[in-house]
Amino acid sequence: MREMSLGSLGSRLRDTGLYRSIVRHGVADTNRNRSLIIFENLFLHVHPVKVREKTLRFSHTYWLGGITLASALVLIATGILLMFYYHPSVPQAYRDMKELAFVVENGTFLRNLHRWAAHLMVLAAFLHMLRVFYHHAYRPPRQFNWVVGVVLLLVTLLLSYTGYLLPWDQLAFWGVSVGTNMAKEAPLIGEQVRFLLLGGHAVSENALLRFYVLHCVVLPVALLLLLSVHIWRVRKDGGVQGPPEEPDIADRGEVP
Amino acid sequence: MSALPPLDVVDSADPLGTPRRVALVRPDIRPEVRRREERWVMTFPHLIVREVILFQIVVIGLALAAILFDAPLLGIANPLETPNPAKAPWYFLGLQELLHYFPPVVAGVLMPTLTVLALAVIPYARINLTAGPLWAARPGRTAAGVGAATVLLVALFAAFACWPIVVPTILVAAAIFAARGGESGGRMRRRLARVTLPEWIMTWFVVVATILTVIGTFFRGPGWSLVWPWDAAVFG
Repeated sequence: MREMSLGSLGSRLRDTGLYRSIVRHGVADTNRNRSLIIFENLFLHVHPVKVREKTLRFSHTYWLGGITLASALVLIATGILLMFYYHPSVPQAYRDMKELAFVVENGTFLRNLHRWAAHLMVLAAFLHMLRVFYHHAYRPPRQFNWVVGVVLLLVTLLLSYTGYLLPWDQLAFWGVSVGTNMAKEAPLIGEQVRFLLLGGHAVSENALLRFYVLHCVVLPVALLLLLSVHIWRVRKDGGVQGPPEEPDIADRGEVP
Repeated sequence: MSALPPLDVVDSADPLGTPRRVALVRPDIRPEVRRREERWVMTFPHLIVREVILFQIVVIGLALAAILFDAPLLGIANPLETPNPAKAPWYFLGLQELLHYFPPVVAGVLMPTLTVLALAVIPYARINLTAGPLWAARPGRTAAGVGAATVLLVALFAAFACWPIVVPTILVAAAIFAARGGESGGRMRRRLARVTLPEWIMTWFVVVATILTVIGTFFRGPGWSLVWPWDAAVFG
């Protein structure tokens, strides 16, 4: 019988026609293959093949955009699972929260994960914006990507806010009532906007359904589209922009 | 440029005989010349591995939080029973705190709209591209401008008794004046001296927003009265 190590099994697998039809490049033992890993992959090719070494430093970006994206991915995964257990109707929405707590395996963990990831995403997106501002990374050619980022921050807040109503408890109901009462104060269009948002004059079952559709379809689609533009433009504008570089000490004051 | 040694200009077509070269660099194109050698690394594995580790850290951190802390759930929604206080999610509590001082159309519509607009136009406002250290040029005019703006803002917000904005405004103004002439001071003052006007304004905004949010979240109880954090209804 032939020796079979895990390594030789791996390399035999990589030699099969089926594997080669899916992954066309070899293992990452040459820079050519390391390049192919990036640009032969739909998801990885938002990266360039090479990056500046300094951009990997923690203080360059504090990884805040990455933390925002990571929490968004956690939210999508946990959100889809939560949708399996949720009915956007009164009073079933609230009963589903109880089902999550007492009937569904790890239901509490799932809901907790979704909620804390949502808080983290709002916080990280805000800190990411501050980091970009203080590093002057909004300057040309990145002006428009800053605007996309501001819109993404608003979409993130709206996602969090529409999700806030879905448990249909007192916290959700009154939190959203307070917020939508503010919208009413907008001159001329305030009343109409509020009616459109709530599907009525008060937070009700119609509002729950509207917030559910916004939260699970409209806003996530908007987020993913804008996120794609945002990340693609980072790549097109020459990668992440870190802190502004100080001129060398010896350079100062040389030129009048 | 007078410090340079005199140049002998030799007109020659022979690079071996006259190997020296002189480059004249115009100041306006100097940044290109100054660009240093940069080290580049392969995205795979250097960046991809870091991204995977970051994702794992975020997931592990969130999983720990989800094990340790439960998401809040109160009783079923009841339109007839208003909790006191009724609070929005934490990221809107700064706005809700403003509602305590200003008419709803100002706190709920005008201020958030202006904030979003101000954020969106940052890269298109010339001052954000060109501003140098605040005190670098014409300190007399700067002092008058900062002083006048501070008095105006303090008077405006004091008229509405909005102390959570008045106090940080005075503190930030004090920090701005402490930065004056900071180049010759200690490390902290040297850092302050390099801050530009847009950075001071953003810092002021962040400090005010943070204080309002913290007060709204931890220090407001029934009837939006001031309470200690252990008496406040803090929700997630």
